[in-house]
Amino acid sequence: MEEVKVVSMPRIGDPAPSFQAMTTMGPIKFPDDFKGQWVVLFSHPADFTPVCSTEFLGFAKLNQEFQKRNVQLVGLSVDSVFSHIAWAMNLKEKTGIEIPFPIIADSDGKVASLFGMLHPGESSTFTVRAVFVIDPNARIRAIIYYPLSAGRNIREILRLVDALQTADKYSVATPADWVPTPQTWEFSEENTKVIVPPPTTYEEAMERFKANYECIDWYLCKKKLS
Amino acid sequence: MKQGCVSPDGKPSERAMKLLQLIHEKKGLTPEEVASLTGRPLFQVRSSLRELYEAGFLEEKEGKYFLTEKAQEFLKV
Repeated sequence: MEEVKVVSMPRIGDPAPSFQAMTTMGPIKFPDDFKGQWVVLFSHPADFTPVCSTEFLGFAKLNQEFQKRNVQLVGLSVDSVFSHIAWAMNLKEKTGIEIPFPIIADSDGKVASLFGMLHPGESSTFTVRAVFVIDPNARIRAIIYYPLSAGRNIREILRLVDALQTADKYSVATPADWVPTPQTWEFSEENTKVIVPPPTTYEEAMERFKANYECIDWYLCKKKLS
Repeated sequence: MKQGCVSPDGKPSERAMKLLQLIHEKKGLTPEEVASLTGRPLFQVRSSLRELYEAGFLEEKEGKYFLTEKAQEFLKV
């Protein structure tokens, strides 16, 4: 296994590292192309993996809410742009949901290293589930890390953006469980289901469809815990 | 860096040609105006404009982009 070089990680309050990268929506230059906007930069371990797919669908569903707050979502993994495109098209085909934000193709792990998204203790090859909230002055305002096995709460990321923007606008701080309006983030039965580890062989993938799981595709199957 | 708007032989893509045409019709546009008129995300517009600027199809004056002679030849205007 190739040795992963651990570089110093940016911290809250630091300027976000500059980079250029190819994405599913063309080349980007960060932070220049995002001047005046908030950016939520989030990494995922790999395309065509189940937890990441649920996260991307979650981000896609709330994209308009992020846009209302002048936030541009940007995804990232160490896969190629062709893989990202195939995955996004697969998600659209299977769920009808389009991925409306760019996904960085960080094949050489350059951006992931700049942002400290590679955690060798968790995985030497995949990026962990990192979230960087970056303000319009390209300063890192919040960082969240999740392990490979736990999908993120996208509503919490939106709430975090609300909290940061409210703190800036009114020179206040927000308490635990604060929300901007007394809305209820309702969860449904769907939220109680768990993901079945994806198959690792062709044979297992074919058998997956015969099993009693709820499958969107061969790599994304859920079940209820009994 | 792989390019999105200009091919390796220096020709603008079909989408880039539409963007140049729009800038020509409006007699110059800012990135924000292009984003508003096309419905495309601002970061993507900025990226496309930069690429076309670096390829010599656009010039920039006080935040507004205009067609260069080279672009006008491509568009035959």
